[in-house]
Amino acid sequence: MPRTFLDIFGNPLLALGAGIGGVMTVLSLNTLFCIWFERKVSAWIQRRMGPMEVGFHGTLQTVADMIKLLGKQLITPRGVDKPLYHLAPLMVFAPVVAAASLLPFSKTVVLTNINIGLVLIFMFGGFAVIGIFMAGWGSNNKYALLGAMRSIAQNISYEIPLILSALPIVLLISAKGPMYEIEGEMIAINGMNLAHITAVQADTGVWFVLLQPVAMLIFFIAILAETNRAPFDIPEAESELVAGFHTEYSGMRFGLFFFAEYSNMLIGSMLATVLFFGGWDGPILPGPVWFFLKAYLLIFAMMWIRWTFPRLRFDQLMTFCWGALIPLSIVNLLVTAFLIKVL
Amino acid sequence: MAIREEDIVHISPPDMNPAEAIYLPAIFKGFGTTLRHFFTSFGQSKVFPGAKTTRAMQYPEERREHLAVEEGGMHVPNFRGVHRLNRDEEGRVRCVACMMCPTICPANCIHIVAGESPWDDREKYPVKFEIDELRCIFCGMCEEACPVDAIEMTPEYDFVGLTRQEMIFDKEKLLHIYDVTVGRKPM
Repeated sequence: MPRTFLDIFGNPLLALGAGIGGVMTVLSLNTLFCIWFERKVSAWIQRRMGPMEVGFHGTLQTVADMIKLLGKQLITPRGVDKPLYHLAPLMVFAPVVAAASLLPFSKTVVLTNINIGLVLIFMFGGFAVIGIFMAGWGSNNKYALLGAMRSIAQNISYEIPLILSALPIVLLISAKGPMYEIEGEMIAINGMNLAHITAVQADTGVWFVLLQPVAMLIFFIAILAETNRAPFDIPEAESELVAGFHTEYSGMRFGLFFFAEYSNMLIGSMLATVLFFGGWDGPILPGPVWFFLKAYLLIFAMMWIRWTFPRLRFDQLMTFCWGALIPLSIVNLLVTAFLIKVL
Repeated sequence: MAIREEDIVHISPPDMNPAEAIYLPAIFKGFGTTLRHFFTSFGQSKVFPGAKTTRAMQYPEERREHLAVEEGGMHVPNFRGVHRLNRDEEGRVRCVACMMCPTICPANCIHIVAGESPWDDREKYPVKFEIDELRCIFCGMCEEACPVDAIEMTPEYDFVGLTRQEMIFDKEKLLHIYDVTVGRKPM
């Protein structure tokens, strides 16, 4: 089984420092790349060129934007709830870093190897909602509050199909247990352990997307809603709510929200990769390369969806979740459980 | 007159078949459309100027003048851009202040104050000659009306100003436009 950073460094503090450093590096680079990539994808879909001026084909555009954001004045509007207003960007951003540390990006080395990794990731995903509500409530702005309220309703609703569509995977893994042989080593297998989920897929050679296509679709749609991406981006809804919950934020505080959004996209894609696309499993290329390749393909799919479909209306969004996704995921879960018991 | 009941045509949207009602075929068709545009415009750039493309133009570097007319380019010889006041062989303004152009101008954007000419080959010349480029509709009637080919329209279209006042071009400015465009559009 993979060695954790704690095994490698020995000292918990060293491991923590290396882990935070690694995660922050990956997330920062991801944000820089994703913003550029999103602008390019949208440009190509709309038959434009996108950013072309800074660096080769605009590659350094995001760096320039980031420097601009860092140099901007931090405006605190009058009448804001100061503690909430100042804490909110951190509350949105911190869980993202924590969640990113749980993902098994390689066969041999992971940051952490916890038996409840799946639960923890969903928990950190839930934290972000609190941050968004703090931002909306603390901003003393009707658009921010409306955006935050929509965000709460949306994120809480879509967490249900998200978790329900991940549960069949847990069932599939647990059905292999309690002891499972991976590369001649017998381990106590755990359905919630992300490293085990990947290892089983690599070992059997069957990615769970083949066994659970419906769950994969539901999961992906729910990830879109959880990360507030179009067509579920009603918490931001530029045309209705100015900028939604981060209307009143400027400078790097706004940058943190942006950072969190793109990091959430990466984590969502990585989680989908782990659960359904075999994580680091793949021929020839080393594990982490496959892992990131799959994650970025999913991110491309997210951008593709964003630039293809218009935003849903709020009631359509809710009807789609409670009327279609949740029943479908429950049926999918029951059928999976039944088949596992019978076969 | 009120609309009569028998004139009203009631139409209802056509019933959707089950495949249409779940919208999935339409959704995947949408994916196909965006992906087609993605791949056909992917990577086309000014780096490869030969590539035939229908993408948006990188404006300041690429201009419609650079394209052939058949590909949507601009036909420079008869493009109607900003006006100029032509000079004659001796460098004087050609205009004889005959007031044809302000008369025909449908937008009333040309304002001429005529004065007695200091030269003996003509009676009048424009003391003031102003064109309000913001009012102008670039119809080219002034050019047509001018009996001495003094006012002409150049192919220049990217002229800007910070104020409205700046966009009222006076005689010196219009003569200056002649000086800078004389090579591009010979009189």
